[in-house]
Amino acid sequence: MKTIYHIIVKEFIQFRRDKRMMALSFMAPILQLILLGYAATTDVKDVPMAVYNQDKSVASRELIDQFVHSGYFIIQKDVNSLDEIDHEIEFGNVWMALVIPPDFSSNLLARKTASIQILTDGSDANSANISLGYASQIINTYSGSIIADIQKRVPLVTRPAQLQPEVRVWYNPDLKSRNFMVPGVLATVLMIITMTLTSLGIVKEKEIGTLEQLMVTPIKPYQLIIGKLLPFAIIGMIDVVLVLIVTRFWFAVPLQGSVVLLFALSGLFIMTTLGLGLFISTISKTQQQAMMTAQFFIFLPFIYLSGFTFPVENMPQAIQYLTAIIPLKYFIVIIRGIFLKGTGIAELWPQALALWIFGIVILTLSVMRFKTKLS
Amino acid sequence: MSQLAIEVNEITKMFGNFTAVDKVSFGVKQGEIFGFLGANGAGKSTTIRMLIGLLEPTSGQAKVGGYDVKTQTDLLKKNIGYMSQKFSLYEDMTVEENIHFYGGVYGLSKEKVKERKKWVLEMAGLQGRDKSLTKTLSGGWKQRLALGCAILHEPKILFLDEPTSGVDPVSRRNFWDLINELSSQGVTILVTTHYLDEAEYCNNIILINAGRLIAQGSPKELKTEHITFPILEVETDNVVTALELLRTQPWVVEISVFGTYLHVGVSELDLGKNAIRLTLATKGIQIQRIEQIVPSLEDVFLHLLEQDMKKVAA
Ligand SMILES: Nc1ncnc2c1ncn2[C@@H]1O[C@H](COP(=O)(O)OP(=O)(O)O)[C@@H](O)[C@H]1O
Ligand SMILES: [Mg+2]
Repeated sequence: MKTIYHIIVKEFIQFRRDKRMMALSFMAPILQLILLGYAATTDVKDVPMAVYNQDKSVASRELIDQFVHSGYFIIQKDVNSLDEIDHEIEFGNVWMALVIPPDFSSNLLARKTASIQILTDGSDANSANISLGYASQIINTYSGSIIADIQKRVPLVTRPAQLQPEVRVWYNPDLKSRNFMVPGVLATVLMIITMTLTSLGIVKEKEIGTLEQLMVTPIKPYQLIIGKLLPFAIIGMIDVVLVLIVTRFWFAVPLQGSVVLLFALSGLFIMTTLGLGLFISTISKTQQQAMMTAQFFIFLPFIYLSGFTFPVENMPQAIQYLTAIIPLKYFIVIIRGIFLKGTGIAELWPQALALWIFGIVILTLSVMRFKTKLS
Repeated sequence: MSQLAIEVNEITKMFGNFTAVDKVSFGVKQGEIFGFLGANGAGKSTTIRMLIGLLEPTSGQAKVGGYDVKTQTDLLKKNIGYMSQKFSLYEDMTVEENIHFYGGVYGLSKEKVKERKKWVLEMAGLQGRDKSLTKTLSGGWKQRLALGCAILHEPKILFLDEPTSGVDPVSRRNFWDLINELSSQGVTILVTTHYLDEAEYCNNIILINAGRLIAQGSPKELKTEHITFPILEVETDNVVTALELLRTQPWVVEISVFGTYLHVGVSELDLGKNAIRLTLATKGIQIQRIEQIVPSLEDVFLHLLEQDMKKVAA
């Protein structure tokens, strides 16, 4: 116990002296959160749009008016053929096109399902998704008003006319993408900081030779590991507090769920990142190697495959299976759930369990490797 | 009753197919300064690492302070001191913080640490600098502080791996004084070096080459036992050509360059002197001085290494 205490004291003395590490640990998460928080706003407005109105009826003009008044869209161009739409989208003049077929109003009048077509530029999938979301809302609203209108006039109609666009469900009712992104940023930043600190902290001692010196003292490997990891876990938890404050008070992202649960599960997540950091330190000889390994084999794949940037459900099946071994994926589900939906442990226990299992496995593996490496 | 502090029996270390240490055996008496000599890569550090329980020997046995290095590593670690090749101090901590940390992990009480701190500061000449960051100290001070940290727990056996590398000559001298003092207090010291001149300070020496032990004994024994032919020191105006000329002569037993001089081992003293004069004269090389010298340990080691090379080649 005493020995572990001496190691922890030493770690904090060194941490306090290392201004760059201090800055990296406490400033970087906040700066990153603020930068990414703003950059991550994929909210779109004034989407340039083309309209191909083949119907030229009152109803169709009403629908177009709804688009204009929403504030999300600007009618850039009225076009007269599908080829023209193609051309406009290809040259980036418009991001979206609304196609109203000639039978639009007659179908409505005949109380049949009237279809309309929305084309978007999928090259920016994110913006496309969001614009589609807005468009769906507008069409839904319009559809609702027609139904109400018709029912007012002909109350006994059993099957009213309707518009049927695709409907998307968002956690984020006001479509604020920042609320969705910021908790994810918290998770990735926490991962990067704790893993970097751990792997560098151990590899640095290897590099300067003090690790060899420590192995000749009566320190037991488990004491050394706890003594080295605990300070980084504490620093990680301090980061959680800092980042939470910024998220809550700077970005005003509402925290729907329990803070206590968020902390508890963050602790679980940190366990996995410390384990990974320790593992990296056992396979790296220099700090540079450790950083490269962390970046290319952990950070990049984790960030891309965790659902932080792209939804996991949109990935190929094989890749989806692969994401099962990515702790960041579970933590992002957890943290978005707690933040946006107020989800509790009743729903999140599978993710928590996954983190726990991953943590135990990677820590055991690393400790074993660490020991055999030294003896 | 065995008086040996360290007993090594055919210890071997393989890294894959490469034999870094090849069946090395030796004994170190209690309280002596034992020199471990060899060029870079000879296997000195690897041997020490096996003796302090850091590396498992591939085969062979060793006992340090009576503890088996394979099975009793915990007891072993409590009773030895080790200073590694790189002075293993935390450069971003102060002198005092380093002492407190190492004292702490060796399980010394607060009072004991305080007492030992005073002793270390005095020994290293660091009084009043206990609050200085270690990285601001010069090489000699760092080296003495590293030694101090390695012996805070007053071990009876001390391993020093190239403690004087990269340190200025004055500090090297001071350091050997410290080693002598420790030895006079009964501490057994095994010290490696590739500075051959430092071997003179040791009570006993072993020389290893490419993992194999090639000679052992006291400096005096080594000098008298191995070199049985006279050695001439020759000062000329052209060392390189002279070396080329003499190297192939049948009466030259051994030849090596020492700074700007040549050391030539010859089969017979007067004959050799004359033959050197004649041979060099044919190429018009001037001889400033030629005289017999008492072989230094360096001569002995070069001789032994050369013989070893011949043996391996044969
Ligand atoms: N962990 C290791 N793996 C592979 N080879 C090693 C290892 N440690 C040392 N060696 C090799 O063993 C030889 C002896 O090294 P070492 O004991 O450090 O020599 P010395 O201390 O005498 O300079 C060298 O050739 C070195 O490259
Ligand atoms: Mg060495």
